[in-house]
Amino acid sequence: MSAPVRKKFFVGTAGIILFLSIAVLVVFVAFPVVLILFNAFWTKGAFNLVDVAAVLREPDTYQALLNSVFIAGGTTIGSTIIGTFFAWLVTRTDLPYKNFMKGMFLVPFMLPSFIGALAWKMLLSPRAGYINRLFMDYFGFDGPVFNIYSYYGIMAVEVMYLFPFVFIQVCGALERMDPTLEESARISGAGLFTITRRITIPLVLPSILSGALLIMLYSMAHFGTVAVLGIENGIFNIPTLIYERIHQSAGSFAAIRTGTVLATVLVVSAAFIIWLQGKVLGKGRYQIIAGKSFRPMELKLRGLRYPLLILCLAYIGFTIVLPTVVIFMVGGLKTYGLPFTMENLSLDNYKFILFDYKTTKDAIWNSVSLGLSAAVITMFAGVMISYVIVKMKVRGKGILEFLGMLPFSVPGSVIALGVILAWSGKFGVNLYNTVWIILVAYIARYMAFSLKANSAALEQVHDSLIEAARACGASMWQSLRDIVLPLVRPGMFAAFFLIFLPSLRELTVSIMLYAPTTRTIGVAIYTLNEDGETVMSAALAGIALVIIITGQTLITGLTGASVKAK
Amino acid sequence: MPHVRLVNVTKRFGTVTAVDNLNFTIEKGECFSMLGPSGCGKTTTLRMVAGFENMDDGEVYVGDRLLSSPAKNFYLPPEKRDFGMVFQAFAVWPHLSVYENVAFPLRIRKVNSAELHKRVTDALTATNLLDSASASPDDLSGGGKQRVALARALAINPDVMLLDEPLSSLDPHLREEMRFEIKALQRRYGFCIIYVTHDQSEAMALSDRILVMRGGVAQQIDSPLNIYANPANRFVFSFIGLSNFLEVHKANNAYRLAGGDCLPEGLAPPPALAGHERLSLASRPAEIEFSDAPNVLRGQVARKAYLGETIDYLVKLGEQSLRVQKARHSPGPEQGTNCGLLLLRPTWYA
Ligand SMILES: Nc1ncnc2c1ncn2[C@@H]1O[C@H](COP(=O)(O)OP(=O)(O)OP(=O)(O)O)[C@@H](O)[C@H]1O
Ligand SMILES: [Mg+2]
Repeated sequence: MSAPVRKKFFVGTAGIILFLSIAVLVVFVAFPVVLILFNAFWTKGAFNLVDVAAVLREPDTYQALLNSVFIAGGTTIGSTIIGTFFAWLVTRTDLPYKNFMKGMFLVPFMLPSFIGALAWKMLLSPRAGYINRLFMDYFGFDGPVFNIYSYYGIMAVEVMYLFPFVFIQVCGALERMDPTLEESARISGAGLFTITRRITIPLVLPSILSGALLIMLYSMAHFGTVAVLGIENGIFNIPTLIYERIHQSAGSFAAIRTGTVLATVLVVSAAFIIWLQGKVLGKGRYQIIAGKSFRPMELKLRGLRYPLLILCLAYIGFTIVLPTVVIFMVGGLKTYGLPFTMENLSLDNYKFILFDYKTTKDAIWNSVSLGLSAAVITMFAGVMISYVIVKMKVRGKGILEFLGMLPFSVPGSVIALGVILAWSGKFGVNLYNTVWIILVAYIARYMAFSLKANSAALEQVHDSLIEAARACGASMWQSLRDIVLPLVRPGMFAAFFLIFLPSLRELTVSIMLYAPTTRTIGVAIYTLNEDGETVMSAALAGIALVIIITGQTLITGLTGASVKAK
Repeated sequence: MPHVRLVNVTKRFGTVTAVDNLNFTIEKGECFSMLGPSGCGKTTTLRMVAGFENMDDGEVYVGDRLLSSPAKNFYLPPEKRDFGMVFQAFAVWPHLSVYENVAFPLRIRKVNSAELHKRVTDALTATNLLDSASASPDDLSGGGKQRVALARALAINPDVMLLDEPLSSLDPHLREEMRFEIKALQRRYGFCIIYVTHDQSEAMALSDRILVMRGGVAQQIDSPLNIYANPANRFVFSFIGLSNFLEVHKANNAYRLAGGDCLPEGLAPPPALAGHERLSLASRPAEIEFSDAPNVLRGQVARKAYLGETIDYLVKLGEQSLRVQKARHSPGPEQGTNCGLLLLRPTWYA
């Protein structure tokens, strides 16, 4: 009669894991979000919609809402067009150096957009921007050619950093698409143009839309670019207004009200976009992937081959190389505004920032230690939660599945606000003004990445592998340790780096939570720039870029090597 | 006058010659199959006929119309060739209904709507799809999808139909059924078929003639019966059906099995091959009799297995062995016993 005993033990351990998983998600994600909703809708001891409407009708709030939608809309349309076009170009034409181009178009994924915004501010701010000055000083223009402190400036910069979302989705769809779908249209008598219009585009439309919605989601809740470029001209979107209010009147009732109501709007729209994306992908995802296939048709660009190559190179040069170079150059200047001559340029700023300047030294240390801790904690929590969701059959899993969706739809500024509400002493723990509150927020913010990477890895582990181990007499713990963990290790590595690298450049959450001694790299770059320390800000941004790019290269090398080793 | 003509067609991929100087012709209404192991160039040939692959040399004609000729720098793109084509992975468009899938080639040709409706309905009726006309192809089974692909190819009433392993994504049962449907459609519409497969029973059942290929080179073009009964070379013999090969050496004017006895009297290569020292003696397992006569091969039954309708014997002849298959009821030696073997149709290859 040993079987029933083991069964009971099994339910017991499963129960513990389930409970722990739910607890993690509740404490880190659900609780802060619930607090936000509660604060938004519960005033003067009652459920109160009128008040919410009143807050939304305030001119500033209303304008911020409109701005968020407008900027996100423009960014989405622009990114979708550019992303789809480049994806088509590198997958379906005989453009020279296609693989190199493809790699380059993915580089913006690595670069933090607020550093990009900083660079574009240096290049195109109306009076001091280098490009504007060039045109005014040498070509006799009366005013600036382009004012980056504008809606279109913000959209343009966001497009530069967000279009890879569409690009990568559409590239994937076009590469994996069964070429005979197009060939059968050809043999039916259709020319390339008709095929593109009536077959190819409709078939990749779900991928285009899903990428577009991702950009929409991101842009609605995006802080950095709008903060760097918008505030000058009074352009606020939802996250920047939340920041502005909370920052100006730390903890005042009115600020918290506005903040929570705006955060609610963000959560609701994020949930809506994610739901829409599920619809698009669920219903519209056609089975267009074939097992065995030839290479797809390639359009011969003929005379357009080199003009389009030049267009791509110009795009890459203008949106990736130029801003990066400007950051490093300005970071080397003695004072902002001096011309770039040899005697004005040096490495002094970089040395100062790395070795002598306490603020930036602290910031680098904070970011690295926060990033490491958040990555390790979130990685392990993610494995556990994903394991329950993907592999375990226990009652109560439904709650966990719902909670597991939550991290995907909670934008950074919402998390920051929720964390302030939850951990400022009202519930017995006060982490405010310490690094711990940032850590807690990072864990909530990056949980989605970890869940995604780990559940993808776990789905690869077929149930029969675990069952085989159990059949060989392994206990549940033994089968976890000896079979599951080794198999999901790649997923855990992926989760670790998916968290560690972005956290090094995190701005949205940290800017709402930092105290004088707990600046992160992102916060330090941002505040130095706000304080007019443009060269220091640029130098730190340059160092951040070096760290990020080195890290990314190392990881690509490592994972590439481990893939080969298999 | 033959309908489809390939003249000296050659295709290279880098250093690989995928199709080497291929010549064949197909009559109107004929079903012509290309058969061969994986990578022998069947698909490449078909795609050159369709126009998806450029060729390096040679010419392709349909009727007296030239389709491609690198020498004359002429190439008609696939969309101008008016063929019907069906692919292995169905390739029906999931974003269009069954009806619109079939209507697509007609819409491209700007056929007026009354005529279009009639022809689509015809094609759907012929393929038993009329009830699913408004369905999405994704809701159909594999067989259903393949019928949509057929109907779409039929819609323009082509006189050449290209099929690249159209049945290999279906389960075996459905495969046999569809085979006969394709044949019935061919009789009804009268198109000629170029059919690519590596399933020999499919090729045998469908075709008027079969081309057996190996490494891009044509081995034999013949009727299914002749391909089986009179294989042109050792490769064709081994590729079609089950086969046995015994290695035979000539020493001191006597023929001896490699690692075994001398051959019995009367079992000798034809005079044309008499000059060779090393020969192979080919036979089919079903064309071997057990015999007690004096002048036969002698061996020992190493394995006897019942395969339902047949009994399969493995007979050791010194170091070599032969497979023999007999009907279930026929008497035969037991495992471990010695036996005599009479080859009914011994075939020799150098
Ligand atoms: N696009 C290509 N580039 C390079 N080599 C190719 C290409 N297409 C085919 N080949 C090569 O040409 C040869 C013939 O290929 P083909 O696809 O015609 O074979 P097949 O007879 O259809 O084989 P299967 O039965 O596997 O479909 C193979 O060696 C293949 O590797
Ligand atoms: Mg093939």
